[in-house]
Amino acid sequence: MFDALSDRLRRTLSSLTGRGRISEADVDAAMREVRLALLEADVNFKVVKDFVARVRERAVGAEVLESLTAGQQVVAIVNEELTNLLGAGDRVFHLSGSPAVVVLVGLQGSGKTTTAAKLARHVVRVGRRPLLVAADPYRPAAADQLETLGRSIEIPVHRAPSGTSVLDIVRGGIEASRRLVRDTVIVDTAGRLTVDAPLMAEIADLCRAVAPVETLLVVDAMTGQESVAVAEAFHAAVPLTGLVLTKIDGDARGGAALSIGAVTGLPVKFLGTGEKTDALEVFHPDRLASRILGMGDVLTLVERAQEAFDAKQTAQMEKKLRTASFTLEDMLDQLQQVQKMGPIGQLMEMIPGMGGLAKDAQASVDKGDLRRVEAIIRAMTPSERRDPTVLNASRRRRIATGSGTSLTDVNRLVKQFLEMQKMMKQLSGGRRIPGLMRR
Amino acid sequence: MAFWRRWSRPEDGTVGDAPVPSETPESAREDDGASVPGWPGLPGGTPADEAAIDAAELALGVQKSRAGFVGRLRSILGVADATGPSWDDVEETLIAGDVGGALAMAIVERARKRREPDGPEAAVRAELESILLPSDPAWRPAPAAPGAPAIVLVVGVNGTGKTTTIGKLADRYHREGARVVLAAADTFRAAAIDQLRVWADRTGADIVAHAPGADPGAVVYDALDAAAARRADVVIADTAGRLHTKANLMDELAKVRRIIDKRFPGAAPEVLFVLDATTGQNGLLQARSFHETAGVTGIVLTKLDSTAKGGIVFAIEDALGIPVRYVGVGERAADLVAFDPEAFVAALFA
Repeated sequence: MFDALSDRLRRTLSSLTGRGRISEADVDAAMREVRLALLEADVNFKVVKDFVARVRERAVGAEVLESLTAGQQVVAIVNEELTNLLGAGDRVFHLSGSPAVVVLVGLQGSGKTTTAAKLARHVVRVGRRPLLVAADPYRPAAADQLETLGRSIEIPVHRAPSGTSVLDIVRGGIEASRRLVRDTVIVDTAGRLTVDAPLMAEIADLCRAVAPVETLLVVDAMTGQESVAVAEAFHAAVPLTGLVLTKIDGDARGGAALSIGAVTGLPVKFLGTGEKTDALEVFHPDRLASRILGMGDVLTLVERAQEAFDAKQTAQMEKKLRTASFTLEDMLDQLQQVQKMGPIGQLMEMIPGMGGLAKDAQASVDKGDLRRVEAIIRAMTPSERRDPTVLNASRRRRIATGSGTSLTDVNRLVKQFLEMQKMMKQLSGGRRIPGLMRR
Repeated sequence: MAFWRRWSRPEDGTVGDAPVPSETPESAREDDGASVPGWPGLPGGTPADEAAIDAAELALGVQKSRAGFVGRLRSILGVADATGPSWDDVEETLIAGDVGGALAMAIVERARKRREPDGPEAAVRAELESILLPSDPAWRPAPAAPGAPAIVLVVGVNGTGKTTTIGKLADRYHREGARVVLAAADTFRAAAIDQLRVWADRTGADIVAHAPGADPGAVVYDALDAAAARRADVVIADTAGRLHTKANLMDELAKVRRIIDKRFPGAAPEVLFVLDATTGQNGLLQARSFHETAGVTGIVLTKLDSTAKGGIVFAIEDALGIPVRYVGVGERAADLVAFDPEAFVAALFA
């Protein structure tokens, strides 16, 4: 999601890197672009103003402009300030109390109900026994939706007959959790507008009465300039403990996360990355800042791999990605396993320099291209898989026939693979990106 | 019109007030009962209302031209402009309203060239109004063929309010005397069919639904058949929310669209793109993508009763030329009103 923002910042800043001395006018020109890039990413305009002013002030400082690596220093300042914006607050997801009560709040349509189910699965993974509570008596069939989701992930759902007050629903849920021996209660509340005083009072009363250990604001990543006002209004009504940013699997640039963090100091704790109930990620701001600046997020990629592969394979894969000794054979080996790790587009986004390809990759998976790729590789001999440069016209024709694809398909795959190899070599070779492999 | 205009027009006392639905139910209903051409055999319009609005409009117009005259006189005489927001202030207002950085700058640039005597805000307002397509309150979805039902396909990303909008549309058209069939083609989201069924019960519409997980194209096809057989006036098809970046889901939507074209060849279905007013710059990408896939003919801007201004609509109209048909201003069935460009622009500055 943060790709478009990273692209623009990278392009803007690349005019500064690689240059020695720069003038104040250069910095101003770059800052104008940075401002536009952040605004297009839906970062709140006040946050943008402060951000640009801060960066500019530091960048035109005498020691920076006169240094021989002024361009890089400006980029470093942007990176630092960006990490500061994202890095606010305590990101630990607390689960204490018996039961630990987690309340999800937010505007209509931000994704609270889906997030509730995802969180339930998440807490099961960390060894807890959740109960879902359907506390949205307003939207038609909201409780049905949660119940259906609960059934699909085998988590019990507490609901109450219509007419029950929200407070009574949640109190009933807490009682039910004791009866059912559940140690975590996840409350899905109704979507509400911040201008709706009675509903805001209702949520404030609820949180006062049940004292949740976590009150998370669910925010749609596509939200525009209002994100800050919305977060502030909810934060004023109930003490929030963090954010869940949803729908980041689209192409929204996620300025809402930056803005809310900068203004309220609230940390983003989770990211919603898809429609399925396992599409929830713990948020790592330091990694995200480097992703925004195009440095990739190899760590998250490796973590995902760890969930899907055993440790030995993971180490091998990391090494292969790094040293670019990745062959078509490895690609075939890992095709199925990679699918276990999640959508390919998201994986590619985490690999440095591949961000731009991520969307294409996802589109090709969606169209079933992966199956074709698999068929083509299977039709090759082991030596061809290790070194596709031996593929002459007659071998390619044989492979096309053998895999039931066309010569064009084979040519395309070989070409793409060679390009990919070249890119990986570049990444791991001379032009190393500072800080990439640090952690 | 009364309700929508009242909360958004600065000349009125209620500017900036939260449009608390409970405060204005009568006027909202009044509005919705207003002119209803389009459905065969139904009388349209409530003349008294129209006259009142016309009078108000006229008064406003006079006021406006007087201000314009004084302003021009001032500028001729070289008297400084009346104090008001500066160009920078106005640009900031546009950006804060989600118009977008680049478009806001372009609009201000164009407005400067207007040499508007009433100052930056008036110039920018005029510029904004020129971007918005005129809206026709008498607009109704047209029948697919003589004697066939009108077809409305409702599309959008997740959580923008498609199902709620369909409930409101069903209510509106039903009260105008149309026979409405709903197609529950969101077969993916848990309980989406139940949610639509509640709306069908509330509004007296018929509903065609299959089991969860069924092929949405088949649901729509059956609904079209049912509507033709029952001589319904309009079919409104719900679809699952989908992110515009998911190629397979967009292909599924294209297929639904093809099925409509196949069942009623040559029919021009209304494809309404539902956009959440809190959406930022991503809204343009969404609109573009849904337009390419399904041929969007109109926009429904929802949740305009929030604090959001919905400024991304300017970027969408500027780039794609798709008119806004309705705006959603609350959760009740009657809270869907025709789009009023002038009031919309005014609300941006409220």
